[in-house]
Amino acid sequence: MVGQDISAALQQQVLDALNTGTPLHIRGSGSKSFLGNATQGMALSVAPHRGIVDYDPRELVITARAGTPLHELERVLADAGQMLTFEPPHFGTQATLGGTIACNLSGPRRPYAGAARDALLGCKMINGRGEPLQFGGQVMKNVAGYDVSRLMAGAWGTLGVLLEASIKVLPRPAASLTVMHECGVEAAIQRMSQLLSESVPLDAACHHAGHLYLRLSGSEQAVRHAHAHLGGEALEKGGPFWHTLREQQLPFFGGSQPLYRVLVKPATPPLPISGNWLLDWGGAQRWLASDAPLGYIRERVAAAGGHVSCYRNPPPGGERFEPLAAPLLKLHQRLKHSFDPHDIFNRGRLYPSL
Amino acid sequence: MAAVATATTPRTPSQEALLKGLLALLPASAVLTSPEDLRPFECDALSVYRRLPLVVVLPETVAQVQAIMRLCHRLRVPVVARGAGTGLSGGALPLGDGVLLSLARFQRILGIDPHNALATVQPGVRNLAISEAAAAYGMYYAPDPSSQIACTIGGNVAENSGGVHCLKYGLTVHNILMLKIVTVEGELLTIGSETLDTPGYDLLALLTGSEGMLGVIVEVTVRLLARPERAQVVLAAFDDVLKAGEAVGAIIAAGIIPAGLEMMDRLAIQAAEDFAHAGYPRDAEAILLCELDGSNAEVSENIMAVRELFSASGATEVRTAADEAERQLFWKGRKSAFPAVGRMSPDYYCMDGTIPRRRLPQVLRQISAWSQEYGLAVANVFHAGDGNLHPLILFDANKEGELARTEEFGQRILQLCVEVGGTITGEHGVGTEKIDQMCIQFRAAELAQFHAVKAAFDPNGLLNPGKAVPSLHRCAEFGAMRVHHGRLPHPELERF
Repeated sequence: MVGQDISAALQQQVLDALNTGTPLHIRGSGSKSFLGNATQGMALSVAPHRGIVDYDPRELVITARAGTPLHELERVLADAGQMLTFEPPHFGTQATLGGTIACNLSGPRRPYAGAARDALLGCKMINGRGEPLQFGGQVMKNVAGYDVSRLMAGAWGTLGVLLEASIKVLPRPAASLTVMHECGVEAAIQRMSQLLSESVPLDAACHHAGHLYLRLSGSEQAVRHAHAHLGGEALEKGGPFWHTLREQQLPFFGGSQPLYRVLVKPATPPLPISGNWLLDWGGAQRWLASDAPLGYIRERVAAAGGHVSCYRNPPPGGERFEPLAAPLLKLHQRLKHSFDPHDIFNRGRLYPSL
Repeated sequence: MAAVATATTPRTPSQEALLKGLLALLPASAVLTSPEDLRPFECDALSVYRRLPLVVVLPETVAQVQAIMRLCHRLRVPVVARGAGTGLSGGALPLGDGVLLSLARFQRILGIDPHNALATVQPGVRNLAISEAAAAYGMYYAPDPSSQIACTIGGNVAENSGGVHCLKYGLTVHNILMLKIVTVEGELLTIGSETLDTPGYDLLALLTGSEGMLGVIVEVTVRLLARPERAQVVLAAFDDVLKAGEAVGAIIAAGIIPAGLEMMDRLAIQAAEDFAHAGYPRDAEAILLCELDGSNAEVSENIMAVRELFSASGATEVRTAADEAERQLFWKGRKSAFPAVGRMSPDYYCMDGTIPRRRLPQVLRQISAWSQEYGLAVANVFHAGDGNLHPLILFDANKEGELARTEEFGQRILQLCVEVGGTITGEHGVGTEKIDQMCIQFRAAELAQFHAVKAAFDPNGLLNPGKAVPSLHRCAEFGAMRVHHGRLPHPELERF
């Protein structure tokens, strides 16, 4: 694998930007540029800063530079019989670790094994003063100082440049089987909710086009027993199904309508918003392709205690992410200022005023 | 670790104004000022640090907490929030000129929602009480610190508490969804949400483990998990600690993730056995307790595998708990290890470093050598699955100089943890106790970033001031005392 440490050069570029007051646009491979708000600024390319820094499978931790392509990282893990627990979507062939963490993207296993932020143990970064900083570490338990690493996950590069991340990894399950039931959405929601209080080796659950898909993973015996218990038709191509779901390559995602990501409590009944729905994360993450007005969608989802982001084909004018209440936004601005006092990183990428 | 006590001094006019203001907000029974009423609040479970607060308040409603914070903010009075006081780092140590805000009266479970696998509780609810309430639905709250009978969820969030099941089920930060906090200005904020992602920055992660420095937690929504169909413990004895360490690596390498994986050394085994009669082999140099949970089929399969791995690693004895009662007994021994060691010696000092597992042999050898050098016995209790090491240094505070030697020994252990790529605290927090060691783990720019984060929440530094993150000035003084490998950790700072 190609490895290269350009952290000194990256730091110099940040310092130069500070001196000249130039806003920066932090960039890995660009695979996530369709998400969130566009940001103006000089490109700061992190992609060349790549390579695995430390990996001992017995420690269940991998440390890699932010520009390391996800597919390379996943191959190294697979060679040792391990995996990233959060099953991240790539959304591009050269997707990087840094971009994945910055956007906190997680796939179908998320409700059962945690999000990208949950697996993140530590990071190196450059803040908006051009200082290289290190938080967290390579160990699971670490409560020294504020959990700044996890704050970086989902900050969309607005707080600093991620240089390196240490991620908790786990063994790949010995066996995995996807079973399919024909059922309507109400029944599927009820079933997926019920399974939350049952001891079953479930690690993905999705409802799409009249079918409930459940992925069972664990030891051979555990999977066989769970299948006998839950019933359903074993899906021959289970792996590819979850892959195309994760990468949004199912025909469902290919339309020209706005695509919304709706997060609700998993047992929330179907929401009365017209459009096509696909339920992932056991009902907790719902995809909606709809021409309904964004304001109306936000109102309905908020009434159910959830929130909405515009994922693809966003309607003109609307905020991409759910707007924050005023006191929370003020706190966000103060935090942003504490990391990036001169506002040079990814201006407006997350919210227009951050 | 010098004990600090404050003599009762006459109150200043501003202190009188504070007390008058508090009495206008709360019933007189919820405002404590007499020394005998203040005494129970003078320390947390790290009782070498003691100090009486100016006043203790015991609010019962969120509105009262908000009003208290608004008053203190207006008068610029520091506030220390406190849960059950089971913390082990002096994080809840009061301030002589400040308010001690007890959340002890927030004891209600507000709701259990099995359909969405969550529970909403007030901060003063005990950790174990959540699992007890969820049991009716076949569910439980996973993090289980050893003090779970007594410790409260608000304190668990403030410290990001762990437990013996962290490797598989994570820490507090992985098992909560939403907090309600009262800010230093008295504003009520919702942090996180009941959904699996929340818009904006991950403030939930930032608040978790923030040791009362960023806000006062007044409500917690936790994630519940399905109680596993079966849990089973395998006990293995070894005639060499290093062999036990090897066995831990072998289990992980085999692709097995135990629900708990604990190691105890000879002294800890003997103390626990005398105390709990758990049936531990008293002559072993080390034992491992390996808990496997999941479906019946999976547990059976893994027990076979783990037994074989233990035998192959040279275990002198491998025993599976015969029934649930014996499983509970095996754990009782482990969970009572601290008080058990406490019976062996007038005092003990509990360390809480975390190290990469592969460095265990090196660290244990060094601790053993230092134990000889200082003439102080050490019992080691180790969360082997996640690398969290608790050396318990036995000492007698009444013996001249022994406390100072213990502290020095402890400091060297923590420094070693950092050197091998670990951390000074895995789960007990920094609090008052490890504030100087923060100067070893972090550089000046990192500490400055922590202070900037703190200031974003609390610009006047009124929430639990002086804990968790040392000032750069303090680190400069600390560094001047202790030159590490011939170089100062903070060479950029002026010395005195």
